[in-house]
Amino acid sequence: MSDRIYIFNRFNRFWHWSQAALVIPLLITGFEIHGTYSLFGFETAVSYHTLLAWSLIGLWAFSIFWLFTTGEWRQYIPTLEKVDAMIKYYVTGIFTHAPHPFRLTRLQKHNPLQRIAYLTILSVVGPITWSTGLLYIFHDYWSEWGLRSFLALEWVAFFHTLAAFMMLVFVILHVYLITTGHTVFAHLKAMITGWEEVED
Amino acid sequence: MNTQRFRRRTFLPLFFILGAILQVPATAGAATTEAPPAKSVKMNSTADHTKYEELQQPFASGPEVTKACLKCHTEAAGQIHRTKHWTWEFLNPENGQRLGKKNVLNNFCIAISQNYSFCTGCHIGYGWKDKDFDFTSEVNVDCLACHDTTGSYRKPAGNAGNPVVGEPMEMPPGSGKMVKPVDLTKVARKVGKTSRDNCGNCHFYGGGGDGVKHGDMDSSLAAPDRELDVHMDATGLDFTCGTCHKTSSHDVPGSRYMPTAKEKHGAYIRGKGEKVNPATCQACHGNTPHKSPILLKTARMNTHAEKMACQVCHIPAFARGGVATKMSWDWSTAGQKGADGKHMVKKDATGHVVYDTRKGDFVLGHDVVPEYRWFNGDIKYTLLGDKVEKSANPTPINRIDGSPDDGRSMIWPMKVMRGVQPFDPVNKTLVMPHVAGNDDLGYWKNLEWEKAIADGMQNVNAPFSGKVDFIKTEMYWPITHMVAPKEKVVACAECHAADSRLKGLPGIYMPGYSANGWLDILGWLAALTALLGVLIHGAVRITLSLRKAG
Repeated sequence: MSDRIYIFNRFNRFWHWSQAALVIPLLITGFEIHGTYSLFGFETAVSYHTLLAWSLIGLWAFSIFWLFTTGEWRQYIPTLEKVDAMIKYYVTGIFTHAPHPFRLTRLQKHNPLQRIAYLTILSVVGPITWSTGLLYIFHDYWSEWGLRSFLALEWVAFFHTLAAFMMLVFVILHVYLITTGHTVFAHLKAMITGWEEVED
Repeated sequence: MNTQRFRRRTFLPLFFILGAILQVPATAGAATTEAPPAKSVKMNSTADHTKYEELQQPFASGPEVTKACLKCHTEAAGQIHRTKHWTWEFLNPENGQRLGKKNVLNNFCIAISQNYSFCTGCHIGYGWKDKDFDFTSEVNVDCLACHDTTGSYRKPAGNAGNPVVGEPMEMPPGSGKMVKPVDLTKVARKVGKTSRDNCGNCHFYGGGGDGVKHGDMDSSLAAPDRELDVHMDATGLDFTCGTCHKTSSHDVPGSRYMPTAKEKHGAYIRGKGEKVNPATCQACHGNTPHKSPILLKTARMNTHAEKMACQVCHIPAFARGGVATKMSWDWSTAGQKGADGKHMVKKDATGHVVYDTRKGDFVLGHDVVPEYRWFNGDIKYTLLGDKVEKSANPTPINRIDGSPDDGRSMIWPMKVMRGVQPFDPVNKTLVMPHVAGNDDLGYWKNLEWEKAIADGMQNVNAPFSGKVDFIKTEMYWPITHMVAPKEKVVACAECHAADSRLKGLPGIYMPGYSANGWLDILGWLAALTALLGVLIHGAVRITLSLRKAG
């Protein structure tokens, strides 16, 4: 038998999916602007990228508001407890169908590795991306704002690209790791319906 | 406010009615009474030269016409005498170099020494046939070269700047080609403002033929369409050369000897700064000319204009009008004769001459994408007497200066003319050969470099060892004409791409072109590792569960 827990409320799901819908096209257009390949054409890619970026910044503003007003931010407090058990589970336990070391509850919906990963995205990758991205967008105002003397576009671009690679690695790992639930689609289903099935 | 609006509303219809009533008798009156016939009037000038007494006479030579002109335009010749169009000389105040066509060398027909009567077909004077030409002569000023409006005034090369008058003339002698005489009387009575054709008669044909020299100036600009040049568009704005090269006292501004690479002034306001070059784009458009309805795009484009000359984006290619320009000229291969022992000419599939016994090999180009360089307006010429060294690197005929950090440079599109030309390997100088002319010394006739160079050099009192070798040279021509309409500008991706137009230029970060190689390698390595990791992990999971199920 399995229990069902309502774990992702409506805003949480909306946040997640709209973020996915923005981040993936941002990566696609971003790497085109970076010069990795040619898809939409440079100018179009820049327009899409800018539009998507502003949308993501807007979404982030809402989500930060949501995180703090609902107290959901506590879900992202990092802990080292059971991290070793989690790693051991992914390295060996998962293959032998050993029980999952972490039992998720409404108050603790992320396992320790998720906490660390999401916190890194929210507090490191995100801020690097949007701060360098905004500098990029407002590059034309650097002189006016007195930034030109100590900022080089080259370095802004460097950190923006670095963050993009971090995001790309995250997306790859994240998409795979959602298949490691109780069943292959359990996590995916949870993020769609809000209800996660957990083993007894 | 309110009363005003009220008034306008009430009185407006009244004006219409009044107008209608008043108009009827007015037109009716005009139809019945005999009005004096309207006198036809020239609107582009206050003078109709066909009516001038001084011009009601036959003219047998150019100077005779000038004499007549000077009777009224008393100061004109004196003004002309001060210009480099007359002196073919320009003293660069920045570096003291004595330039001008009289002094510089190029990598086309090289120099004017002992080629005077050929080159001076484009001098605005009569009779410059050797170095002893009298530059103080007023009657030798050629008014017609710039003020003919009939299009029939021609000065053939080889006639020392004189038109053919009276009888047809065989040019060159012995060729059987007859040049028709010019009707000076007709031309003199039809003088007017300088048009594109007047300037073009020389400037379109620099280097000895249509489009040869500049790349951005050829006969296609005589009556260009909008796409070829948005300003000179013959059925649109119809600018003449003088619209931008706003001339005063016969002195035409906007010379390439001292170009304005970066214009810090805004648009040229009347009365503001005499030293502003009126021929720059900024002189009219200012330094922040872009406007876009798209948010932030205006600023983005204007920022581009802080580092790049307008010409970079707005002139996508030169020689765009269907006339090819010479891109390289190799004099070292000249002298080869055909199987019949005679001079030969080879043409490519499109009919362009690519080899001429008298001149060597040519490479021509049309719709040429320029090369781009940081340029601050400083140009240093390699003049006669300056030491040159034969090496793998071409000797710059004109060395352009510029860098991303000097605060004075902009990125400029350039035609780089590449050449191989004779030089003196003992004295290590470039040389001025006597090429043109129908005499025993000119190279084009006798194909002997030693004689031709010795003659050209003695004429300017320059030493020549008697030895001849060939040296690679290059010459920079900033591109500024053939401005495309805005919908035809260089697209973003032309530069923001791996194969960027601005490839190799220092000091700029261009997304799409510039990328940190190490970051990319490490980044993709990380992404690949992650992908392989999850694929292997997943494969093991699938295999194990299949085995368990089985």
